[in-house]
Amino acid sequence: MFSRILTSGLIAGAATGLIAALLQLWFVQPVLLHAELYESGQLAHFGAEAVSAHQDLGSFEWTRNLLSVLFTMMVYAGYGLMLVALMAVSESRGNAVTARQGLLWGLAGYLTMQLAPAFGLAPEVPGVAAADVQLRAIWWLGTAATTGLALWLVAFGKGWAAWGAAIVLILAPHLIGAPQPDSYAGPVPPELSAEFAGRALGAGAMAWALLGLLAGWFWQREGQGAPVPQAA
Amino acid sequence: MTAKPMTAAGASRASVLFPAIAAFAIGFGLIFMSGLVQAETLHDAAHDVRHATGFPCH
Repeated sequence: MFSRILTSGLIAGAATGLIAALLQLWFVQPVLLHAELYESGQLAHFGAEAVSAHQDLGSFEWTRNLLSVLFTMMVYAGYGLMLVALMAVSESRGNAVTARQGLLWGLAGYLTMQLAPAFGLAPEVPGVAAADVQLRAIWWLGTAATTGLALWLVAFGKGWAAWGAAIVLILAPHLIGAPQPDSYAGPVPPELSAEFAGRALGAGAMAWALLGLLAGWFWQREGQGAPVPQAA
Repeated sequence: MTAKPMTAAGASRASVLFPAIAAFAIGFGLIFMSGLVQAETLHDAAHDVRHATGFPCH
């Protein structure tokens, strides 16, 4: 059982990570590099003259980008392991997991690990003003944990007690509120910041849909030989 | 859609729970290390990924 979880989770995660890294390098990284020109002071927003929105972002940095690929694969391998571990528990309770089901699992993972935390702490472009990083990390983790638990209750809980608890868990971190900076001091134009947040969330949605599909598919495939529940 | 419960030996609840918890913990460890630990080298290497994946970065 452990090797089935490990194999499906790691393969689905690493493959997704590779695709996610390419999405990131293609769509997100240019916005990030552009923002860094403002963060480092090379460009100044609201200076004496208008600044062109088209800048030379330099050549491809191999070391930096290969590290990004490596770490993206690690992040998604981690997500893959967590997702498949939960799939295994769910299946042992009588819920078949297939690639199609996996898509729903991926959506739930995306809501848990990206969209819910982003509702309070939008993906940060370099240079934004933000509250203390420890506090944000705690809020981020707490939000992911409560959202994930809530979605489990929505999917597998029975009755209004479970669903009511899910609603409370989903809303609680946002009613408490994410740590916010005391003042706004970010040098990056709002256009870039918004583009960055949109791109990061969009790339994440694509990656999570793929991760769910692949995780469900590998999970079912790795289980062949052992009796596996069939989805109609 | 029909979902038949697994009844085979080796897929009982208890035999799944422990490996699942172990795999979940390893997965969380990977994410914590690449996403949240603030050690400088790790932070610098994972910097772009942390921003792009929506982790609190610095």
